[in-house]
Amino acid sequence: MTPVLSVRDLSIALPLGARRRLAVDKVSFDLRRRETLCIIGASGSGKSVLASALMAALAPGLAVVDGNVALGGISLTALPEPALRRFRGNRIALIPQDPIAALNPLMMVGRQIAEVLEIHGKMDAATRSRRAGELLVSVELAVPMANRYPHQLSGGECQRVAIAMAIAMDPDVLIADEATTALDTLTQAQILALLARLKARTDHGLIFISHDIAVVASLADRIAVIDQGRIVEIAGARAILDTPQHPVTRAMLAATRPLAPRVLGPAAEPILAATGITKTYGEKIAVANASLTLAPGETVAVVGGSGSGKSSLARLLMRLTIPDSGIVTIAGIAFARAPRAAMQMVFQDSFGALNPRRSIGTSITRAAELGGADRAKARIRTNELLTLVGLSTADYARLPASFSGGQRQRIAIARALAMQPRILICDESISGLDPVVQRQVLALLNDLQSRLDIAILFITHDLRIAAAIADRIIVMQDGRIAETGDAATILSAPQSDYAKALVAAMPGG
Amino acid sequence: MIRSWPLRVAIATIGVWLLTALLAPLLAPHDPLVSFTPLLAPLSSDFPLGTDLLGRDILSRLIWGARPVIMLSLAATLLAYAIGVTAGLVAGYRGGFVDSVLSFLSNIILSFPVLVLYLIIIVALGSSNLNVIIAITFGSAPAVFRILRDITTSIAKRDYVAAAVTQGEAQWRILLVDILPNAAPQLVADFCLRFGYGVMMVGALGFLGLGLPPPAPDWGGMITDGRALAFAFPYLVLVPCFAIASLVLALSVVGDTIGRIRQ
Repeated sequence: MTPVLSVRDLSIALPLGARRRLAVDKVSFDLRRRETLCIIGASGSGKSVLASALMAALAPGLAVVDGNVALGGISLTALPEPALRRFRGNRIALIPQDPIAALNPLMMVGRQIAEVLEIHGKMDAATRSRRAGELLVSVELAVPMANRYPHQLSGGECQRVAIAMAIAMDPDVLIADEATTALDTLTQAQILALLARLKARTDHGLIFISHDIAVVASLADRIAVIDQGRIVEIAGARAILDTPQHPVTRAMLAATRPLAPRVLGPAAEPILAATGITKTYGEKIAVANASLTLAPGETVAVVGGSGSGKSSLARLLMRLTIPDSGIVTIAGIAFARAPRAAMQMVFQDSFGALNPRRSIGTSITRAAELGGADRAKARIRTNELLTLVGLSTADYARLPASFSGGQRQRIAIARALAMQPRILICDESISGLDPVVQRQVLALLNDLQSRLDIAILFITHDLRIAAAIADRIIVMQDGRIAETGDAATILSAPQSDYAKALVAAMPGG
Repeated sequence: MIRSWPLRVAIATIGVWLLTALLAPLLAPHDPLVSFTPLLAPLSSDFPLGTDLLGRDILSRLIWGARPVIMLSLAATLLAYAIGVTAGLVAGYRGGFVDSVLSFLSNIILSFPVLVLYLIIIVALGSSNLNVIIAITFGSAPAVFRILRDITTSIAKRDYVAAAVTQGEAQWRILLVDILPNAAPQLVADFCLRFGYGVMMVGALGFLGLGLPPPAPDWGGMITDGRALAFAFPYLVLVPCFAIASLVLALSVVGDTIGRIRQ
């Protein structure tokens, strides 16, 4: 069978002064109808540039310098822009990474789907709106959903609408660029299942791009691993997963395996105790009557989907939000009278967590000073911490923007540690990172904990991460604690329905 | 964008006027207050732009006139920023009662047409350098306040501010170290535009006879003086008008370009 999409020796140049010359370096592969090819790579590996090249929609500054992309025998790289517009969204369509941003907030979703049909088709208005309804059904949404605006839908529903738009013209090739990365684990599993069902019904070829090899294991027919712009390994999914050849592939797979189970010491007096924490916004319950304890040297993971209240809980514990009721004590002292340095937080978005106009060294030094060190000691501690988190003292004067996401997160950890806290709250602190970098940060936290005997409260939507690092797991749903228990028990024998669903949705599980 | 010719011309214009103000004693061919004969002399090598109704050299008055216009509008803009930024930071960060009161006051002031406001203030306080600065500051500070307040509210939600709070950082340091430097880039464009607006207002006050007391050289006053004879001797009016227009336009172009680059 002839391939529907054929990429030959594709090379794409980065602007001068970039870290490497080519974003995509002599990439070749074929995609057949009804086939799912998953392209896996770390951030910066060139996978998103490749996706935009396949759509013939490269960002300004990027240029195809060599090679060819052919769709059904027609070379897209040679076509002028007006001709390309007849292909995009029609014969080759994209499922975006962030569907909420990709949808027009001022237009009802049914109308947006119909617009795709209007641009590429010759149907009359009534047929278009009927067809939009059918498309909503095919992505397993109800027809009345057509009259809603994007803000009235959940992230998963928005992604379904985006998929409906992508399949509207029954394209030959569907490209999903990190299409489930922004979703929580349960929703991610549902979208993956939907894509698998769609594949069985239609005859498009699907290219699924992701940084997480575990996510795609269930979906892929073939897997291509991309590193530094080159495809380092491409083979059938089973072959890649069972007998990886390339070191990069092996590192990715290693990052999905659980860490060795932790050995629990004797139960110590809790350093952090929270009782009956409650916060409501009018009718909406953010957190209801949550209680937890945390002992020195212990790691507790709080797991839940988006909107489960887990991040609200973190901010309530830190008193960044004032709770309606509830008591927080640190080593038996009420929060208000305990030193602020005792409990520190590492935020989700490492970029937003660092003042963009302040050098990272100054930020860390200031934290050390506020933790009680004098200027000279603070400088010394900063340099120690920079080394500790795997950066160099030469990085002291650099601004946050010049670091990668993983590095910034380690800087944020260093800043939190500069105050010598006894409790560290990590709010989704590694969910934005590649699995391989996640592993590095987790290993760092583990190492720090064993050396400094810190208690860590780790908030995550990803049960895999929780399983990898936690002694105990707290499962949250709708602002309430649904289940608490030893990590091993929750993973092997979850009690609540929600915990059961989360365990079942664990990718690669 | 930075290389576009309107921007270059604008920067050059501002530079020329600043130098003119700075070097007025060196550049002016005559004393701006001394009368020569004949009155209303035509353009000549001695009086490149002629003389006015009282026989004073127009070029010299134009050159000396750059000083009060630039100094008054710059001082008023800086003062408006000092007040607006301080109040905006506090209101935006603290919110609540402080914010309500300050926002309410600024809305009251902003609801007046500025020129009417200036007239009321100058008439009440009398016309002097200081009172012109006070009037313009009074009209501008609420607008600066509103911009700063809104930027501060949005920056205060960022995690690095939350991080500073959890570290127990003092509030004034959060405002000065975490918020203000990150708000500053958004203020540069507004500063240029507001400075230009100040120039226009100083001119307008001078024209209404509320600027500097005569016989001090003042662009707005020069327009008023020449107005009666504008048809017979158009350059009496056109020269100071051109001076004001060129400076205001140049500042607008620079402010506008900075605003566009930021987007």
